[in-house]
Amino acid sequence: MQPTALMIVLLVITSAAYFFGRRRAVSAAGGQPRYLNSLPAYYGFYTSLWSGLPALVVLALWLTLDSSVITHLVVAGLPDELRNLPASRLSLVINDIHNMVSGNVVSRPDDPVMLAAAERYREMRTLSLAALTVVVLALAAAGGAFAWRRIHTDLRARNAVERMVVLVLVGCSTLAIFTTIGIVLSVLFESIRFFQAVPLTDFLFGLSWSPQMAIRADQVGSSGAFGAVPLFAGTLLISFIAMLVAVPVGLLAAIYLSEYAGPLLRAWAKPVLEILAGIPTVVYGFFAALTVAPLMRDWGSALGFHVASESALAAGVVMGIMIIPFVSSLSDDVINAVPQSLRDGALALGATQSETIRRVVIPAALPGIVGGILLAISRAIGETMIVVMAAGLSANLTANPLEAVTTVTVQIVTLLVGDQEFDSPKTLAAFALGLLLFLVTLVLNVIALYVVRKYREQYE
Amino acid sequence: MNNSPTPNPAPAIDKVRAGLARRRAAEKRFRAYGLSGIILGLAFVATLFLSIISQGYTAFFQTEVRLPITFDPALLGIPANAPDQKALSTADYDALVKHSLAELFPKVTQRRERRQLSDLVSGGASFELRGMLLSDPSLLGRQVEVWLPAGDDVDMLMKGHFDRNAPESERRVKDNQIGWLDQLTGEERLVQRFNTTFFTAGDSREPELAGIWGAISGSFYVLLVTLSLSFPIGVAAAVYLEEFAPTNKWTDLIEVNINNLAAVPSIVFGLLGLAVFINFFGLPRSAPLVGGLVLTLMTLPTIIIASRAALKSVPPSIREAALGVGASKVQTIFYHVLPLAMPGMLTGTIIGMAQALGETAPLLMIGMVAFIVDIPQSMFDPATVLPVQIYLWADSPERAFVERTSAAIMVLLAFLIAMNFTAVLLRKRFERRW
Repeated sequence: MQPTALMIVLLVITSAAYFFGRRRAVSAAGGQPRYLNSLPAYYGFYTSLWSGLPALVVLALWLTLDSSVITHLVVAGLPDELRNLPASRLSLVINDIHNMVSGNVVSRPDDPVMLAAAERYREMRTLSLAALTVVVLALAAAGGAFAWRRIHTDLRARNAVERMVVLVLVGCSTLAIFTTIGIVLSVLFESIRFFQAVPLTDFLFGLSWSPQMAIRADQVGSSGAFGAVPLFAGTLLISFIAMLVAVPVGLLAAIYLSEYAGPLLRAWAKPVLEILAGIPTVVYGFFAALTVAPLMRDWGSALGFHVASESALAAGVVMGIMIIPFVSSLSDDVINAVPQSLRDGALALGATQSETIRRVVIPAALPGIVGGILLAISRAIGETMIVVMAAGLSANLTANPLEAVTTVTVQIVTLLVGDQEFDSPKTLAAFALGLLLFLVTLVLNVIALYVVRKYREQYE
Repeated sequence: MNNSPTPNPAPAIDKVRAGLARRRAAEKRFRAYGLSGIILGLAFVATLFLSIISQGYTAFFQTEVRLPITFDPALLGIPANAPDQKALSTADYDALVKHSLAELFPKVTQRRERRQLSDLVSGGASFELRGMLLSDPSLLGRQVEVWLPAGDDVDMLMKGHFDRNAPESERRVKDNQIGWLDQLTGEERLVQRFNTTFFTAGDSREPELAGIWGAISGSFYVLLVTLSLSFPIGVAAAVYLEEFAPTNKWTDLIEVNINNLAAVPSIVFGLLGLAVFINFFGLPRSAPLVGGLVLTLMTLPTIIIASRAALKSVPPSIREAALGVGASKVQTIFYHVLPLAMPGMLTGTIIGMAQALGETAPLLMIGMVAFIVDIPQSMFDPATVLPVQIYLWADSPERAFVERTSAAIMVLLAFLIAMNFTAVLLRKRFERRW
């Protein structure tokens, strides 16, 4: 039976289990539900959980594992000369077998060995599906029957069901931890393989980045250079420009909105500014590449500067626009959290409103604002689409915002989009960059969240 | 020793008065700075929208040419009486267009000019004609007036995106072509019509045949996966953390993790998806299923944080009342607290979905950037999503793709605004102040 059909049958069985469990409970109580320990529905849930859960777990495990197990068995059955191929060639053969099984175009359609292997694969898959069907249905029936037999008036069905519910809730909440572990492991493994090929010091302190790997050993320019310093410099340059735009504008807007603006302006300006936060980054990228960058180039040449068409300035300014609402809403929150008594005290001493803000409110809110700016920097560093579309690809080590630079995220995208073999240093470099990006943003976030939390506690 | 005060001190009030003008000016300046911050921010919003709308609104129209087409079996290269389906679908429909154009402009004889002439009509015209004949075989041998899409350069010229007065060598539409176009316009054979192709077609290399329906379907399947996973999981996690979790190290760890994941760059989730879902579990590349899984992990923190806030806002008296009449804790939560917190949770979920709909970077990592013409029919088919389609079109060199990119952005923004508006409405309608 196909997995989808099997799932539907399983659903039918569990619904039936609910029905039978409930009926048995009611009849065990002699048609008087009040003699039962729990409400009748709980006996139904109890039965269907017993019939559905073990079967579902087996089904999920089986489906994740079976294709690799079958592939392994098929490979073991291949003739020796195929089996002893190097790993990369072998994976090509395996791919061919998979394609043959699913009826796609293959490179060697008439090879009898391959045909036999594909046939074997197909047979085993049929066998596996049949076995799966039998096992899952038997488990469902057995589980249901077991629970059904246990039902009597004193069975604490509600407690059992609720324990299960809480377990599911716990499972869902731990997903966040597994996600983090998954991120760390997935980038770490590939990074370690990368650092086996390229020394860590070369990567962290090398000044040149040109991730070309030779296809043939004697190729011109075959030695790839994986020095990430130009990428860091480019990332920092663009983030710095973004902050130059976002921090003043965002902060001033937040101050005006929270201290000066009347309710009407506040009610309109705040949501409109927050529109900027909801716009997808690909839209900003388009805006940067097709509107802002040509504009800057024209202005630059009018003033006698040479501005690259993929200048860091255009990408940085647009990224700054994107981050404005981020800075303004975080600062707005912290400025509002400053107790009114501080303002009243300063005003009572005769300070003007701007003096109160500059000398009292901002210093009091400073830790929170700094935390917010740190979060904004971490966003700027991790931002991808704007720089992919508007910043360059060539790794220039420069501090001139009019030239093209490239960033960590741009390189990750260019290294991983397109066809690559998966274990060349070129692809693995993307994971090393990903690891670095993850660590840097993690540190920034932890510091920022800590600062913001400490600040909140101070005034609560 | 004489302790007398310093002789004749200036009264403090004089000092204050002396500085007053300066301080008032400073106050005014500061206010002006603040206001300019807001104005600058609002100006950015306005510029962004104006530039996209002004570049994109023309894409909703498409120039079409009315041609007298004779479905002549001799031209099509098929038998005149009762040709079979295969012959009909492989016939030479291009020849019909060329023949019709040649009849309209009998003076054009040179080979080069003829090619220029046939460039006026889109390469997709033949597919349209084939569709017509396949659905109505009785057209064979008859002459009909047919509206066909014009080529993308013609379209750009008619919409004024190409400058007619530029030197011919710098213009993609040549002088003789402009002459023919003017003649066609004079004969009312050239009009701009609502561009339905844009909303119904998949991607194409030809701008006039490219549409966003494929990308919208892809986005739909991705969001379907994301919603059906992240909503239940997010709500369950929030319920556990808010209602059950003891305060201990483990709970702290979970909370720190959630807060951190909310700030991890989205591209890192793409790396996770590539390494785990595609390389480890062997799920198909470019499939909406994988995209949905990645976006689920990405939106979960948003949904969990919003759901926890919603649960927190339900007053404890509700719980105590339920517990007081003998409900169990699980019953209290599922029958009393959750229904009251649901509007807040839904609002958070919609915002999370809007975030997922606009996300591009992680989907690039898992291969949803392929050039895909077919409309995806399930969540296992290779697909692309709306933001990625925008990214792909923005990279295309043809001028006509610029306006289509802007138009696709407008569609995307319309979806996002609708979603956020629903969220706001939901909050306004159902939010309770206790």
